Amino acid sequence: MNVIIALRALACRATLAVGAFALLAAAVLIAMPAAAQTTGTAIPQGYNATERPMVGLTNVNDAALIRELKGFVSIPDDKAATLVQPQGRAWRETVKGPVRIWGSWLILGMLAAVILFYLLRGTIRIDHGRSGNTVVRFGAVERFTHWLTASSFVVLALTGLNVTYGRYVLLPILGPETFSAVSVAFKYAHNYVAFAFMIGLVLTFVIWIRHNIPDRYDLQWLAQGGGLFSKGVHPPARKFNAGQKLVFWSVVIGGTVISISGIYLLFPFAFGDIHTQQSAQITHAVVSLILIAIIIAHIYIGTLGMEGAWDAMSTGRVDENWAREHHSVWYEELKGQPAPRYGHD
Amino acid sequence: MARMKFLLDAERCIECNACVTACKNEHEVPWGINRRRVVTINDGKPGERSISMACMHCTDAPCMAVCPVDCFYKTADGIVLHSKDLCIGCGYCFYACPFGAPQYPQAGNFGSRGKMDKCTFCAGGPEQDNSEAEFRKYGRNRIAEGKLPLCAEMCSTKALLAGDGEVIAGIYRDRVVNRGYGSGAWGWATAYPSGT
Repeated sequence: MNVIIALRALACRATLAVGAFALLAAAVLIAMPAAAQTTGTAIPQGYNATERPMVGLTNVNDAALIRELKGFVSIPDDKAATLVQPQGRAWRETVKGPVRIWGSWLILGMLAAVILFYLLRGTIRIDHGRSGNTVVRFGAVERFTHWLTASSFVVLALTGLNVTYGRYVLLPILGPETFSAVSVAFKYAHNYVAFAFMIGLVLTFVIWIRHNIPDRYDLQWLAQGGGLFSKGVHPPARKFNAGQKLVFWSVVIGGTVISISGIYLLFPFAFGDIHTQQSAQITHAVVSLILIAIIIAHIYIGTLGMEGAWDAMSTGRVDENWAREHHSVWYEELKGQPAPRYGHD
Repeated sequence: MARMKFLLDAERCIECNACVTACKNEHEVPWGINRRRVVTINDGKPGERSISMACMHCTDAPCMAVCPVDCFYKTADGIVLHSKDLCIGCGYCFYACPFGAPQYPQAGNFGSRGKMDKCTFCAGGPEQDNSEAEFRKYGRNRIAEGKLPLCAEMCSTKALLAGDGEVIAGIYRDRVVNRGYGSGAWGWATAYPSGT
């Protein structure tokens, strides 16, 4: 029975992983044509009124459908010089199509996976029960950093999701006036809380990078699925296991991409033209949706999913038996017991 | 019911910018906002053409499609309008619009935008027709007064036409037939791809 459960859960995980990668690949493919659009001034063929064949209403300007057309304007707004920007169509089709649809599948899929995992596996208990003795796992600075990043991320995720999905989810419930008022407040929250997230991101990188360098325990941890799918299995790990390292690097890399693209959106047209803005928006949306899905799993395992995990980030202290089971190498090193020494720390 | 459209005959536009000025004056458009503009391509070179461009009131309007708060609506005449009370100034309509029509006043810190402003085809907004509130937010509602957009009405060469799509297309077609050439109705393939 256990094997079947484990297999099912594994298959589920695998499907999700494949889905996430497919989304990433699709996102890159989608973003490419927008980024690769060439800007240029259209140079019509030599004009000769008498030789020129009579044209219908639209055929000559069909060229405008595939390439951007820039000219001269006598007003100071440089953006106004772009007469036609056909890539707006590609941007619209991308954000209203794949980004919105795949993004909702990704988020809902992750929520479904987490619920399914909980139903099959339940809360992962401390096998030996609580010992009653605790050890310090995260100091004040570490917890401050985590909660600064976490709280700002949650605000940014919800207010960001509202931009993509609010029109379909909240607007019918709240009505146009209330929904707009909420959306304006969300927009300002998103713009300002972004800076808290960026500070949290830098702190996260600085204080935890040394614990997140891949080491020899990681492959074993991954091979055993972190012991998530079978009771009593606890692959050894230092302060952070391979799963946590993956979350760390997802947050650091994904968060950086989101921050940079977000700054482009926060200061529109300060660093580029309309192509830059469109590419930044798609990048921002796609990477955010992926990171939100990852963080849903992270939130689950840190709260409902595992007994004793919440203590680490709330009080900063964890039960010794929890530490021994989930971070055996870290615990042994902490206690000064002989432990195999490799890598750097 | 008429289907309102703009048509720009680039063979006639002399880049006088009267349409831009008329629009600014009629609607008391604030500094920095340009509901209509004249773009000159190949400036000073053979094949130079000037095109007066504003919101084309597209059949399948991209701004309507991408707006996160769904603040756009279409009138029975096919004019694309929006509610400034609902607009949150996110800027998405500008990313989607092929013609760069949406404009934003600078508001607050960073690059945060105020309520979007664009050409209304001189048809105001959701407020009571010709009310003070409507004028303040959207400008004059000439359509409600039985008049056509002022930019086209005062175009000295009649390069810019505004009105029922069938009628202005007919005028343009006659011109092309009579003079024997034309450079196409600017933006029509993009704005009205199905011809409606």
